[in-house]
Amino acid sequence: MPTFGNGRRVAIVDGVRTPFTRAGTAFRSISAIDLGKLCVAELIQRTNLSGGEIEALVFGTVIPNVIAPNIAREISLMPLMPKGVQAFTVSRACASANQAITDAADQIALGHIDVAIAGGAESLSNVPILHSRGMSEALVLASKAKTLPGRVKALSRIRPKDLVPITPAIAEPTTGETMGQSAEKMAKLNDISREDQDQFALRSHRLAAAGTADGRLTSEIMPVYVPPKFESVVTTDNGIRSDTSYEQLSALKPVFDRRYGSVTAGNASPLTDGGACVLLMSEEKAKSLGYEPLGYIRSYAYAALDPGEQLLQAPVLAAPVALARAGLGLRDMDLVEMHEAFAAQVLSNLKGLESRTWAERAGFSEPVGEVDQSRLNVMGGSISIGHPFGATGSRITVTLLNELRRRGGQFGLMTVCAAGGLGFSMVVERDR
Amino acid sequence: MSSPYALSAEIVSGIAIITIDLPGEPVNKFNRAVKDEFIALFDRLERDLNVRAAVLISGKSDSFIAGADIEEFLEIKTSEEAQRLSHEGQLLLDSIQEQRTPLIVAIHGACMGGALELALAAHYRIATDHPKTVLALPEVQIGLIPGAGGTQRLPRLIGIRAALDIILTGKNIRAKKALQIGLVDELVHPSILRKIAIQRANELAEGTRKRERHKGGVTGFLLDENPAGRRVVLKKAREETMKKTRGNYPAPLAALDAVAAGYSGGPSHGYREESRLFGEMAMTRESRHLISIFFATTALKKDPGVELPEGAPPPEIMPVEKLGILGAGFMGAGIASVALQQGTLVRMKDADHGRVAKGFAAVRDVVRERLTRRQITKVQYSDTMALLGGTIDYSGFGNVDLVIEAVFEDLNVKHEVLREVEAELKPSAIFASNTSTIPITRIAEVSERPDRVLGMHFFSPVHKMPLLEVITTEQTDTDVTATVVAYGKKLGKTVIVVKDGPGFYVNRILTPYINEAGRLLDQGASIDAVDNALLEFGFPVGPITLIDEVGLDVGSKAGKIMYEAFGERFAPPSSMQAVVAAGRLGRKAKKGFYLYDDEGKKGDVDQSVYSLLAPAARVTSTTSGQSQSRAQIPAAEIQRRTILPMLNEAARCLDEGVIRSPRDGDIGAVFGFGFPPFRGGPFRYMDEIGVADVVKQLEELNDRFPGRFEPAELLVTMARRGDWFHPKL
Repeated sequence: MPTFGNGRRVAIVDGVRTPFTRAGTAFRSISAIDLGKLCVAELIQRTNLSGGEIEALVFGTVIPNVIAPNIAREISLMPLMPKGVQAFTVSRACASANQAITDAADQIALGHIDVAIAGGAESLSNVPILHSRGMSEALVLASKAKTLPGRVKALSRIRPKDLVPITPAIAEPTTGETMGQSAEKMAKLNDISREDQDQFALRSHRLAAAGTADGRLTSEIMPVYVPPKFESVVTTDNGIRSDTSYEQLSALKPVFDRRYGSVTAGNASPLTDGGACVLLMSEEKAKSLGYEPLGYIRSYAYAALDPGEQLLQAPVLAAPVALARAGLGLRDMDLVEMHEAFAAQVLSNLKGLESRTWAERAGFSEPVGEVDQSRLNVMGGSISIGHPFGATGSRITVTLLNELRRRGGQFGLMTVCAAGGLGFSMVVERDR
Repeated sequence: MSSPYALSAEIVSGIAIITIDLPGEPVNKFNRAVKDEFIALFDRLERDLNVRAAVLISGKSDSFIAGADIEEFLEIKTSEEAQRLSHEGQLLLDSIQEQRTPLIVAIHGACMGGALELALAAHYRIATDHPKTVLALPEVQIGLIPGAGGTQRLPRLIGIRAALDIILTGKNIRAKKALQIGLVDELVHPSILRKIAIQRANELAEGTRKRERHKGGVTGFLLDENPAGRRVVLKKAREETMKKTRGNYPAPLAALDAVAAGYSGGPSHGYREESRLFGEMAMTRESRHLISIFFATTALKKDPGVELPEGAPPPEIMPVEKLGILGAGFMGAGIASVALQQGTLVRMKDADHGRVAKGFAAVRDVVRERLTRRQITKVQYSDTMALLGGTIDYSGFGNVDLVIEAVFEDLNVKHEVLREVEAELKPSAIFASNTSTIPITRIAEVSERPDRVLGMHFFSPVHKMPLLEVITTEQTDTDVTATVVAYGKKLGKTVIVVKDGPGFYVNRILTPYINEAGRLLDQGASIDAVDNALLEFGFPVGPITLIDEVGLDVGSKAGKIMYEAFGERFAPPSSMQAVVAAGRLGRKAKKGFYLYDDEGKKGDVDQSVYSLLAPAARVTSTTSGQSQSRAQIPAAEIQRRTILPMLNEAARCLDEGVIRSPRDGDIGAVFGFGFPPFRGGPFRYMDEIGVADVVKQLEELNDRFPGRFEPAELLVTMARRGDWFHPKL
């Protein structure tokens, strides 16, 4: 049944990602562009793809490099593909890679292209540090001054307070609320207990550790021989704690609200470096090249709400639309992958999916329903695996499809919450 | 219809734009006809008062002028003729320099030899800022010296130190460097070369532009601009040249003499000396041999590597876009590094990630060196590295066009990887082994597609060693051979195709030489005496140093295989066995015949090694800790003992069809292990001393040491008939 709008069916042929590593650790000297290059090069190599087949490369990143803002173009200029490849960069906060995938998929569905690589990369070890406004103004004036006295005069405007650099905070520009404060607010509004959050975080680590130990999770990971000196190799995510316990998690102090809060470093996703990407093709092209795709895109939907309300609750609005577009219900889903920004957010999203109020806000009379825990994030999620903003969406897509294949399942649902009150949901399917 | 002439001139507003474009040739070169055209043309322009200035530009797309036509040069049979040729060249360039109309040369692409000498005589030089643009005086590389004023004009233009660096090495100078040292006046983008050249011609004609002289700063003044400084520079250069060439190469010394004459006796004396020395060099055997190697290399570049019946279609050469490498060790990584630099996608596999990472680091070292030397940009560096992928399974091998295995030298291991990888490959993929010892036929035994199996024997370090031995079996498909030969050339290698057999060609003729060096040690020769004798002969390193470099374990393993195959004449010397048994594996173990420091840098002979050598070899030691006195064996005897068995084995290889021609045998020895190029290779060397004499010397040695020196049948037959390997050059 043709379900992807009115267009052609889009195959997710394969996907790969770098290990996800905590910011400031193994990949601290690798830029987001290079993380992107690493995973795209490996995707091309391991899928035995001829680079000449690639027509478009779409990449997501959240904190752009000021010097090279179009990360997709930088990646596509690698000698592994023709210079004529169309390349553009998208930004939809933590759903950026999803945006990259759906943008590329749309081009395929429309019949404009047949082969694309889409994904995302983020290096939170390499965030740009900005000059203050006063400092920037003085420097710009000085660079424009034609004489030495003019330059000196321009620079003399600098005041001590101007010397303090600005680090981009993960906060909403409109509300000023940080992501953590938003999660804290959602925990309170949805009545999510500290204990439930810590239990959920524990579950995430345990499942990810099991997936790593038995190779289900690592099958999507490429080894990274760490440049520039190649003295080490990273093959697994380094944020997963197989040895953590509820006691340890519950002992952590709340970060955002020290008095009444429940969100801790333990039940939130860590700052992470990593890159991930997928190879997309029209169904016919994939078959003509002899590929057995991991799966197909059945439907997707984006949604948004007021960031001042519940910042990370929009997946609840997107999921029913994606399911409706797929002509399927939650009961049809063999697996559900939900991005774990915070345990509080996941638990809020789950409550929202069961709620008639939220269903009505999304325009449906019945709620999506209760997600079966045995099908939810069965190899952990962003809390344990890590969360390089721009890359996560691609990681979740591949994690979902790999496990769907292993289980012989047919349908999978994914949701991703994103800053700005944005939400994403996609239904993927496998041929049986 | 294209013009039969090389030169054409178009006069636009008083500027003559001369285009040089040799009809029917891929590149421009100087020959008699072109010279005559130049004389006639400049004569005409000089008399045409409408012409105010001239521009010389090439009509070939990416080359200016490649220098003199060497084939025509070889027709010269006497020194006097050569001297006259040089003198005429000097006169032509002199007249160009002195003429009324200034000449501007617009250089894009290679500007070599005589072309650079012409540029030096011109009044202004513009070059393009382009990787293809290189300038050089490569004459010494073929045993000659610049003969058209190059030894006189260059030092005066850029200073004596920079000039000697160019003249004595013959090396390529890139555009940026040429501007830096003042060899050219200006660099421009290729698209505006012509326009700017015409503009400069106008300015020079009107006198609105004067050439700026390159100044060398304080050191420049001290060393280049005064007689005492120049004497120091010349003396130092002579010492260094002697040290490097051991007097085996007369050309650099002659070039030094010519440069010196220009300063000591004034310009006209300098020009006279230059042409006299040019004439002298033109007839040296060193020059003839070096030219023969140049020709052989050029011929090999065009050789598809396979013999086809008359009228058969040319072999089908498949593109190699993705290369699989099995084994990320030093060889595997070395091969990867040269492939990546040619833009090939490389998939490198080894058993564990640690080894793959080491392979990445080794590749990085090679590529980074080019970055450090500014031969490539940062972007090119990262682009090159981006083509390298690592794996511990066979993922990504499904679309490789060629797999090269560089795993452990053990037949079972080779069989295992061949079976494994073949199951992953597409049917058209080629499997090549980089083995240096195991016959390819044995390796191919387990293959489902033995017609797609052959050997690619690279030499270490891969990025520096110019030779590739391609080894074919009875079953190897000709398209497969031709594809691999073409790819080897793409990697910048000189490729010889040899028939399968123990040691192939290079190692097979090297082994008796090394063995004999070892036997000399057994008999009491000192290590440095053996090495020195062969350095004097012209090898870049002596045999004992070489075995330290290769690794004693590797060497003795290869030696054993050939001993088993060929019998007594390959019997390994006891010295090697004893030294290997003592765990001295050579430089990689920082312990061998020589001493090595922590970085692996070679020092003196390790005196303690003598105690391991055959007891008969030991001559009473002097005071303890002092070097032991060794038997005195004359250098000539050491040379005879080691070189002759090598020549003998080379003749056998030719007779058995291991090599296809004496040419391939010469090139294999020169580029494979540095057989002295000024001797032309084993076969040219035998021609020079005479096959009959080779046989006589072998027989004498065979009397003294029965069994090892029996002359090859081919040599005996040739000696009887008075045959030569090569037609006389």
